[in-house]
Amino acid sequence: MSTTTLSARPAIRTGGWDVAQLVLNLLALAGMVALMWAALIYARPASNLSGVEQAAQRIFYIHMGCNFGALAAFLVSLVGSIVYLITRELDWDRVTQASVEVGTLCGIGTTLTGAIWAKPTWNTYWTWDPRLTTVTITLLIYVAYLLFRNGIDNRHTRARFGSIYALFAFLSIPMTYFSARWFRTIHPVVFGGENAEGQGGFAIGPSMGQTVFVAMIAFCLLFSALMIARWRQLRLQDRVEILREELT
Amino acid sequence: MIEHAPPPSLPPLETHRAQMQTEGGWGAYRAKVWAVMVKDLRAELRAKEVFGLMATFSVLAVVLFGLAFDLRVPNSAMIAPGVLWVVILFAGVLGLNRTFGAEVDRGSLAALLLAPVDRSAIYFGKLLANLVFLLVTEALILPVMLVIFDVNLFHPTLLLGLLLGTIGYVAVGTLFAAMTASIRTRESMLPVLLLPVMVPVLMAGVRVSAILIDGRGQNDLPRWLGMLVAYDAIFLIIAFLVFDLVWEEQ
Repeated sequence: MSTTTLSARPAIRTGGWDVAQLVLNLLALAGMVALMWAALIYARPASNLSGVEQAAQRIFYIHMGCNFGALAAFLVSLVGSIVYLITRELDWDRVTQASVEVGTLCGIGTTLTGAIWAKPTWNTYWTWDPRLTTVTITLLIYVAYLLFRNGIDNRHTRARFGSIYALFAFLSIPMTYFSARWFRTIHPVVFGGENAEGQGGFAIGPSMGQTVFVAMIAFCLLFSALMIARWRQLRLQDRVEILREELT
Repeated sequence: MIEHAPPPSLPPLETHRAQMQTEGGWGAYRAKVWAVMVKDLRAELRAKEVFGLMATFSVLAVVLFGLAFDLRVPNSAMIAPGVLWVVILFAGVLGLNRTFGAEVDRGSLAALLLAPVDRSAIYFGKLLANLVFLLVTEALILPVMLVIFDVNLFHPTLLLGLLLGTIGYVAVGTLFAAMTASIRTRESMLPVLLLPVMVPVLMAGVRVSAILIDGRGQNDLPRWLGMLVAYDAIFLIIAFLVFDLVWEEQ
């Protein structure tokens, strides 16, 4: 991404990192193309489903991949925030910010694909299933994180408060999940007594398992490419900020 | 010729700080926490700034919820647990916003931070003061709910759940209030930050209250109370560990 903007000005040469970024971007692109092929063509249709449910099941690979990307992103953000609080290197704060931004995107992807899939399968876009609840609350928390950062002027305060909040945010997620799960086990009436997971479930055959594997790799690559691109962008942004201050 | 001995070097700042923190041991630390709390309570008794707001807001919110749900639900006891906890969370935000916001407005935050006490003593003192404010507010909400929703919430286990939930709430809330106190959008930012992190407390609190109001599913009580205890313990410890980092530049 940055390579294109930089190449407009011949004074700045493209370094090795730009090439690495480009390679990673292309790998992510190839991964996504492979995933589309695997999800739509290679994977066998779910044998126990029929009609529109069978077609809708193919969104599962994207759904799972987005979910995997979000999980990876929020794990990385946890690492970034803890390491920042220990070392006080702004680079780690940028890691947190970049991965939260990408993770929020992936989380929105998970929610949207899930809602699209749920309509034909569960006949509703939304239910208070523990996973849905947790993903939604998680998204709200990380959007709050991004808003919070925006409101702080001092760069170091922003990094510190952001890291503290990211730490709390991550720790509250498992508790949200467990409380949502226990909430449901006590209230098993949403689907007429049946477990939500039971509806629209399917057995995974070998071609489907391989596709899930491709989805994980592809979204891992996509997450890394986006995250590193954003991280480098944030570095440049901070550098511009410093240069501007020096000039004034 | 007498050689001058090198001047005794001052102990580095860190030791000063360490002495300050540990001086007097546990008893002195407790006294400092107590002093911060008493200061806040006394300021509140004189200014009557926070509690009146929280009390009025919570009565208002209960009445509004009652009005809003009255025509929609067959039995108001069904929604009482949810109303109770949502009102507590919203009223708590009002109090938490003032806990450091008032110090910033009065210009006394620097003085508070200069006090020769460990920052964590300030945290625990503020936490206890907020706990008192919120518990007193809850003591007002319960009878109002009794009148409006016709549910008796005065049950020892329910009160225990309230206490545990409130501790978790002010533990996280006091830290977040400290972080939001010095930023531009502080009053509006705090609920957006705080409420999603509070979801486990909300759910556990609602379940505990619902179980006791319905009188069904008592077997699940320990699990939910355990969730509240775990939440309190985890976030008290983490907040205690990171509170020192909030005011680093000043």
